[in-house]
Amino acid sequence: MKNTTLKQNRNSALLTSILSILLGIIVGAILMLLAGYNPLVAYQALLGSAILQPFDLGETIRTTSPLIFIGLAVALAFRTGLFNIGVEGQYIVGSLTAYLVAAKVSLPTGIHALVAVVAGGLAGAAWAALPGLLKAFRGVHEVIISIMMNFIALYFSNVLVRTWLAVGKDSTDKIPPTASLRIGSLSQLFAGARIHMGIILALLAVFVFYYLLWKTKLGYQLRAVGYNRHAAEYAGISVRRNIVLSFLLSGFLAGLAGATELLGTSEYIAIQDAFIGIGFDGIAVALLGANAPVGVVLSALLFGVLTYGGGNMQFVAGVPFEIIRVVFAAIIFFVAAKISFRWGNRKKGKAYA
Amino acid sequence: MLNLLTNLVDVTVLYATPLILAAMGGLFSERAGVVNIALEGFMTIGAFSAAIFTIFTGSAWIGLLSAVVVGILFSLPHAIASINWRADQVVSGVAINFLALGIAVYLVKRMYNGSAQTPVVPVKLEQISIPILNRIPVLGPSLFEAYPTTYLAIAIVIIGAVILYKTPFGIHVRAAGIHPAALETAGVSIYRVRYIAVMISGALAALGGAGLSIAVGSEFNQTTVAGQGFIALAALIFGKWRPGGLLLAATFFGFSVGLSLIGQIIKLTNYVPSEVLSMIPYVFTILALAGFVGRAESPASLGKPYEKGSR
Repeated sequence: MKNTTLKQNRNSALLTSILSILLGIIVGAILMLLAGYNPLVAYQALLGSAILQPFDLGETIRTTSPLIFIGLAVALAFRTGLFNIGVEGQYIVGSLTAYLVAAKVSLPTGIHALVAVVAGGLAGAAWAALPGLLKAFRGVHEVIISIMMNFIALYFSNVLVRTWLAVGKDSTDKIPPTASLRIGSLSQLFAGARIHMGIILALLAVFVFYYLLWKTKLGYQLRAVGYNRHAAEYAGISVRRNIVLSFLLSGFLAGLAGATELLGTSEYIAIQDAFIGIGFDGIAVALLGANAPVGVVLSALLFGVLTYGGGNMQFVAGVPFEIIRVVFAAIIFFVAAKISFRWGNRKKGKAYA
Repeated sequence: MLNLLTNLVDVTVLYATPLILAAMGGLFSERAGVVNIALEGFMTIGAFSAAIFTIFTGSAWIGLLSAVVVGILFSLPHAIASINWRADQVVSGVAINFLALGIAVYLVKRMYNGSAQTPVVPVKLEQISIPILNRIPVLGPSLFEAYPTTYLAIAIVIIGAVILYKTPFGIHVRAAGIHPAALETAGVSIYRVRYIAVMISGALAALGGAGLSIAVGSEFNQTTVAGQGFIALAALIFGKWRPGGLLLAATFFGFSVGLSLIGQIIKLTNYVPSEVLSMIPYVFTILALAGFVGRAESPASLGKPYEKGSR
């Protein structure tokens, strides 16, 4: 009996995701038609330039790896009934800290990269601590605090880059090779694409995510708090402790996203005028993937293809890249419309305070 | 010294105006029980359409009006998702924000050969000076030689307060945000009240956005709004979901935005980095929510979708 309900839930989640993707792509197509572009040509250019050549495939995988981390981060919080909209800020401090460890500390090759990655994760967790603590102990809604923390992270990173790390320039120098996540042989395999260790770490994180949530006591408690806070409390599970832990773990994953992206892809840090929107991508990936490990990987791959292919689509078919952001937003909107039926329990709480 | 003070008041009024308008929009929606993270998106689409329509018609007033219309249209998906479909209102708002920015920049690039910003608008809203009053030292030149949007903002705070506290519709809005079932029992449609409230929020936030592209600034690009919708949301919360409170909060935040922008001119940034000045609204909002600067309490039913017939 219980199994059939679970199965039905899973099927309806899958159906929601597939329908939302289709609707999102249709919205994009309509907007292209209205603006006088040929959507078939555009989507063909997008897909063709994202996966056909080894180089492009490598770049698509590179684009996908931070999306897996950030998607897992949002999904983990969702599993505990929390909305970590602060992953963008946690990503920023993760990159910043990874850069600091890479540039200001000297360590042997490999160990240096590992220490920088872990430091980035810890910084993300630290940045997520405040919304978690305020939620747990003062009942303040995590969404607003997290949004505010995002802006503080942005300005915090900018002020350090401008006044200390790259005085008189817009961006810092590159990190030393000892801390880089790039591997020559992996890159050569994909015709010189910037694919790096990040994807391997991301897939490792997917496995840890699955194991932690479904095979450990802590994971059971986190999910129990997500399903029904009162029942969990009644069963002797500390709701407060789990809320804080969930935020710390989620922030850690978001910090890892920032750290691996810095150490593997950009290798320097720049002044940012505005958010890059990775937090939004994370929410998109988590929701579309129904907060499940395999779902997150698949939807991260989809968004990776759309993001990397979208850049080429602009180049080949002349369609502005922003259409891809519109498609993302539309997909999320449609998933959200359905989400109430599956996450109904979590949203019965107050919105803010 | 007096000159400096006049300058400070001037930038404060300039940057507080869009925040006040957007926060007043947020007030209606959130007092009626619908979370409005989408203020940023409404401001973006308002700034965009004001700039475009001003360029095409040559009239800034038509630009301003178009922002209101487009803002209302753009609020409808958020209303449908939040009210009818009982979707997660935060997620819907986030999606609307990205939808607005994506569509606006996409269309700008399409219209202007791939350029991510519009040309400078041919006319801006003109500052209106009120005789005699504009000669008051310090306050006069900024408050009484202001853009029409500033007068509009002050008027809307007053009218909004009267509507919210003195009219049946205002009572319905507040009741919908506290105890919707009781209101339904009294024969009022919650859906209708919430729809109107969300549409008002779209109109007012878009008006604030228009101020950014055809009054304070004179073009639209990707960073025209850049987070001011969230500062407006912060002002709403810091002002404890009350018209007077948000007016003060938005003025204070406008002051800090202005300060971070003119800090360089008045050499303040020699002592405090401009980024630190930019953090002020966010830090204060966290302190307020955490209960260190007065407790901010949200409307009781905020974020709860209403099911007909529920108790």
